[in-house]
Amino acid sequence: MAALMELMGVTKVYSRGLVARTTTVALRDVSLTLNQEEPTIMTVAGESGSGKTTLAMLLLGFITPTNGTILYKGRDISRLSGDEKVTFRREVQAVFQDPFAVFNPFYTVDHLLSVPIRRFHLARTRNQARDRMVEALTAVGLHPDDVLGRFPHQLSGGQRQRINVARALVLKPRLLVADEPVSMVDASLRASILETLRGLQRDHGVSILYITHDLTTAYHISRSIIVLYRGSVMEAGDTDSVITTPEHPYTRLLIDSIPWPDVDRRWGETKIKAKEGEAGDNAPGCKFASRCPFAMDKCKVTPPFFRLAEHHAASCYLMEKHPTMDSAQLSDLLPT
Amino acid sequence: MAENPVLEVSDLRVSYYTDAGRAIALDGASLALRPGEKLGLVGESGSGKSTMALAMMRMIKPPGRIENGRVVVAGTDLMALSEEQMLKARLSRIAYIPQGAMNSLNPVMRVGAQMADAIKAHETRSSKADIEERCRQTLESVDLKRSVFELYPHELSGGMKQRVCIAIDILLKPRLIIADEPTSALDVVTQRQVMETINRVQKQIGAAVILIGHDMGLMAQFVDKVAVMYAGRLVEISSVRQIFTNPLHPYAQALISSLPRLENKGVFQGIPGLAPSLLRLPGGCAFHPRCSRAMEKCRTVRPNLLDQTDGRSVACHLFTKGVS
Repeated sequence: MAALMELMGVTKVYSRGLVARTTTVALRDVSLTLNQEEPTIMTVAGESGSGKTTLAMLLLGFITPTNGTILYKGRDISRLSGDEKVTFRREVQAVFQDPFAVFNPFYTVDHLLSVPIRRFHLARTRNQARDRMVEALTAVGLHPDDVLGRFPHQLSGGQRQRINVARALVLKPRLLVADEPVSMVDASLRASILETLRGLQRDHGVSILYITHDLTTAYHISRSIIVLYRGSVMEAGDTDSVITTPEHPYTRLLIDSIPWPDVDRRWGETKIKAKEGEAGDNAPGCKFASRCPFAMDKCKVTPPFFRLAEHHAASCYLMEKHPTMDSAQLSDLLPT
Repeated sequence: MAENPVLEVSDLRVSYYTDAGRAIALDGASLALRPGEKLGLVGESGSGKSTMALAMMRMIKPPGRIENGRVVVAGTDLMALSEEQMLKARLSRIAYIPQGAMNSLNPVMRVGAQMADAIKAHETRSSKADIEERCRQTLESVDLKRSVFELYPHELSGGMKQRVCIAIDILLKPRLIIADEPTSALDVVTQRQVMETINRVQKQIGAAVILIGHDMGLMAQFVDKVAVMYAGRLVEISSVRQIFTNPLHPYAQALISSLPRLENKGVFQGIPGLAPSLLRLPGGCAFHPRCSRAMEKCRTVRPNLLDQTDGRSVACHLFTKGVS
């Protein structure tokens, strides 16, 4: 199977300061593959500071990795030629968190959607361009007459976010990086945006990387999930196993903290250890050890991945009895 | 009712006068809360949740105007107070945690100074040492270290800043705390910690809480009663269990069935249609254009919020056997 997007041992370190350099490892040795043939929805989950937005920025080519390489269709994205770069920009699209901040208030929706069409020469005539806009808007469940010719302030948050998806869609992308696309949207509108994303994957063959801290929506939309904590992968696998039978103490804490809209399912009793200072940030070993109720001496050495089931792996010594696996093989176990 | 209500809102109405006309953002809202009770106020954005909170604090700014109603907190009608008295009532009787409260801390003032300010504005006689000790104790009660008193806001994480805001709110032991989406910018683990903190301090000081938000999951975990708003009107007030297991108002029903749960994986059921503009509200029941059970009457006659026999209130023509 040919890889669409491939991350190989990617690490991103941010440093600051001239004399006394302090460094923050935002992402540590992450390997990940998205296939070309089978479009999928993959979730990257984690709390703030887990490195999930860094991962999105890397995939979009906005920043370059400190170590490791990112390949798009087999080519290193930091060394693309001019033409390849244009193709990459067209085929890898993004939807960001805040539908209120990304629009220029002076331009109408038409302008917003026609810029990419002109820029990438996707239509020869005005009518062709309009057809393309109408097609994209219909695909995200908007009535073109309702939104074309309008200014952003005349639209609701849900409409704006769907226009963002439509804007990405006019380019017929292969990969959509959606960074918290529904966290700013009303609960009643969330459902329709998620349904739109799923339709893209099902009907238009777009792979989606869904970045979120909301495991409820992740559970509903994605096939596979990767749980990040301070830049390291804690647990990965198919969404059903990870969410219904989480094994890593961090994932268990996350799942336990989901406020389910169900009066009979109370918040768990797991005691939460307050977050400790940033001092231990660059210490070797398991990143979660300082907050982990099961922390042992050997947690000072980074645990390998243990394969728990065909589609489920976790990086924790509590799973020691299972066979280990190479972190580079991680995406092999994710279902597509 | 065994205990006297700590909060009684009756017929509260707020309008915004804009160039395009008058928008009634809150239309005749009435509700009551007992001491220690926790109420969730839910609804889509623009349904009037935050307007209601601001009106109760008397913090509506022009072009908005509070046109009618009473807000009685522990026996005092806030609407009848002078500006001066209202200043004193804020924080000491009724406290408000605004949306994104953590960004409201002054970045160039130490946390302790901002907390001490709150006390000094209400009590002129307290000594400096006494104020400092109270601030440090309050910080401890929201699970922060006493030393946070000397720190600047930028030295704290989002969850810690939110705790500082909660600490400021409970400094003067108010009878009612209104929290407007206190955790919307926080991730799930921090959110749970902050909500558990609010829960504990609320019990300690015996205050009633109004939690505003659209995260129904949080409501299910935290509140006792839920009030559902639609287009500036309260459409249903029920216990949290009733709302989740047997919602009455068709809008509440649609809201509940749109929620993602573990059991119904992959089913997304949004609410059809869009929220109406407050400038052009449909006649009769504001929800009728989106309602699957709308009747002829719904187009013309506006339903009132009626008490039902089981202690709930609903504003819908389907439920007319009110007892009031």
